[in-house]
Amino acid sequence: MQTANLLPLVLVLAAVAYGLAYMRSRAVAAPLGGIRNLKALPFYYAARAALWCAIPALIVLAAWAGFEGKVIQGIVIATLPQDTWPESPGQASLILSQISNVAAGKLNPEFVPEHIAGAASVLEAMESQSENFKAALVLLVALAGAGFAWTRVAPHINARLNVETTLRRIFFVCAALAVLTTAGIVFSVILETVRFFGRVPITEFLFSTSWSPQTALRADQVGSDGAFGVIPLFTGTLLISAIALLVAVPVGLLSAIYLSEYASKRMRSTVKPVLEMLAGIPTVVYGFFAALTVAPFIRDLAQTVGLEASSQSALAAGLVMGIMIVPFVSSLSDDVINAVPQTMRDGSLALGATQSETMKKVIFPAALPGIIGGILLAASRAIGETMIVVMAAGLAANLTANPLESVTTVTVQIATLLVGDQEFDSAKTLSAFALGMLLFIVTLLLNVVALKIVRKYREQYD
Amino acid sequence: MSVNETIASAVGTQEETIIPVKDPIEEGKRESIHVEEGKTVGKPFADDPKFKLRNVEVFYGQDRAIKDISLDIARNEVISFIGPSGCGKSTFLRCLNRMNDSIDICRIKGQLMLDDEDIYHSKKDVVELRARVGMVFQKPNPFPKSIYDNVAYGPRIHGLANRKSDLDDIVENSLRKAGLWDEAKDRLDAIATGMSGGQQQRLCIARAIAVSPEVILMDEPCSALDPIATARVEELIAEMSESYTIVIVTHSMQQAARVSHRTAYFHLGHLVEVNETNKVFTSPEHELTESYITGRFG
Repeated sequence: MQTANLLPLVLVLAAVAYGLAYMRSRAVAAPLGGIRNLKALPFYYAARAALWCAIPALIVLAAWAGFEGKVIQGIVIATLPQDTWPESPGQASLILSQISNVAAGKLNPEFVPEHIAGAASVLEAMESQSENFKAALVLLVALAGAGFAWTRVAPHINARLNVETTLRRIFFVCAALAVLTTAGIVFSVILETVRFFGRVPITEFLFSTSWSPQTALRADQVGSDGAFGVIPLFTGTLLISAIALLVAVPVGLLSAIYLSEYASKRMRSTVKPVLEMLAGIPTVVYGFFAALTVAPFIRDLAQTVGLEASSQSALAAGLVMGIMIVPFVSSLSDDVINAVPQTMRDGSLALGATQSETMKKVIFPAALPGIIGGILLAASRAIGETMIVVMAAGLAANLTANPLESVTTVTVQIATLLVGDQEFDSAKTLSAFALGMLLFIVTLLLNVVALKIVRKYREQYD
Repeated sequence: MSVNETIASAVGTQEETIIPVKDPIEEGKRESIHVEEGKTVGKPFADDPKFKLRNVEVFYGQDRAIKDISLDIARNEVISFIGPSGCGKSTFLRCLNRMNDSIDICRIKGQLMLDDEDIYHSKKDVVELRARVGMVFQKPNPFPKSIYDNVAYGPRIHGLANRKSDLDDIVENSLRKAGLWDEAKDRLDAIATGMSGGQQQRLCIARAIAVSPEVILMDEPCSALDPIATARVEELIAEMSESYTIVIVTHSMQQAARVSHRTAYFHLGHLVEVNETNKVFTSPEHELTESYITGRFG
């Protein structure tokens, strides 16, 4: 039986176990004078039965699915004649793919050596056997679990504690999964980064000022030595992010102050959702807005005042990105400003402070941690944004501080490095991981520094 | 104040928490007692008043929270507003420094004069009014800043000090007047929210004093404090009455009796009776006042 069928079947069994245990617990309780004489509500006996039925069975299923392939491969290889055993992992995977192609009918058995054809039939047999064993074992475990829970439906057994403990463990596993995934991603990026630094020295990567990741495929190719200096990329990222924040922080913060302190309730309840909608516009839409409307406008404007401007400029990308991240600043700031207790405002107003003095001297300092949080979120969105930059700021890795020139960013380069067919052992492809790693470290540092600043300067009001 | 006296007054404030047994006959009678609108028995008026309030009405949307109240508040007197919850005494108090302005649906009618100036005049500067009429709130609300910055907040806003040393003097004087100097002088840089509730409330009083107001409004200043802290604040009110006009809203009749010269009794938005404090508590003129102070309701 296929895993795809087995999974719903187990769930159905769990539901049946739930129903049966529920009815049994009521039946057990009835002669005693009602469910008040049970240690736990019928729901808990039922939930425990369902959990006992589903969880062990699902664990078995997952384990089987995880190890099945490897075990079968090992057995198949072992059935090959001694003299044809693979000598290297690469050869082994070649033989295995041949075998599985024959088994799947993609390759005619007559065209391959006899031992391969034999192994293919072994593989086929093993796979169908494995399916049957798996189905039988999973169903057996499910039924055994449910049966065990059935025997434990008794008035003196407290199912509530079991259910609570199990739920706590399930929650823990979910939380651990998220953390482990992050750790896994970081780990794999680190591994690839180390491989990259085996080809390109770390000093060149960090301190060289030219970025041109094309490497030669053939020895006689011209002009493709590859230059991996991140400085132009990071200045580009910083330039565009800085422009975006210069737009988003004042606009976002001041609109948050207006909405929370000055606007009427009705105004606030209509304007705030509209502002938040800005965050819902897909970045590619912002991208073509930047490329087709804002960038040409800036170029024309610059030309009329006699400045040289590229038709793709950091300024265009930065401005549009700034608009995009306004809601991150405004919405979060508005929430934290509102969370400052009314008694603080009253205290300040009663001393004869004006509304703006109250804002500046009392509410803003108290709301600072949340405001910084909003700005940080906006900053990380700006640093991580790719699409707008691809469309509006270009791909040329210029080392410049002039916002009217075209620049490129770290994320854009990562995207272009990995788009299309790539060989996975060239410095060009691996450099994407090094860039990712660096970006990760930079944003991490940014967060740590900001947290420290917030701890130092915040005014805690409770 | 000696320790014994402190404890004695502390016990005094605890007595009020004893809930009187309600007499159903009296309860019924209370419903039938009629309050005539705009009629206040006793002595609501004074010669040369600090506040002259005439026919004041306050509306929250359609609800009339204050019904035609006329009252004078004399210079350097301590007047307390008492009455059951929801009777409008806090609302009325907040009219005196226009703290109701921040409530959108609140409208105020009538004449409210501070030293013959209409405080609700359209050209009246609220900032100046609030510098003259300070306020202390029910829950201590120091800013999450240092003790020094809390007291210096008002003087800085109003530009009362030209030099740092002037500001230091103002802070020290205000803390002294609030009886907090000895406790706070060694930790002026400490965060104010780390102090005890009673200290915080005295800090709020110091903060209000620092802008040298003429009137101080107190909205149940002791209701969040323990009996000993309450005694300190009451003692402070008595000292301050020499230089300030004080209006205090309180739920504690003992407190009203201890600190105030005159007492005003509010009932469902009406000002029922105003009189010398000992008169109100010994021989009230109005039936409602009598049943309130004898604990038959409220």
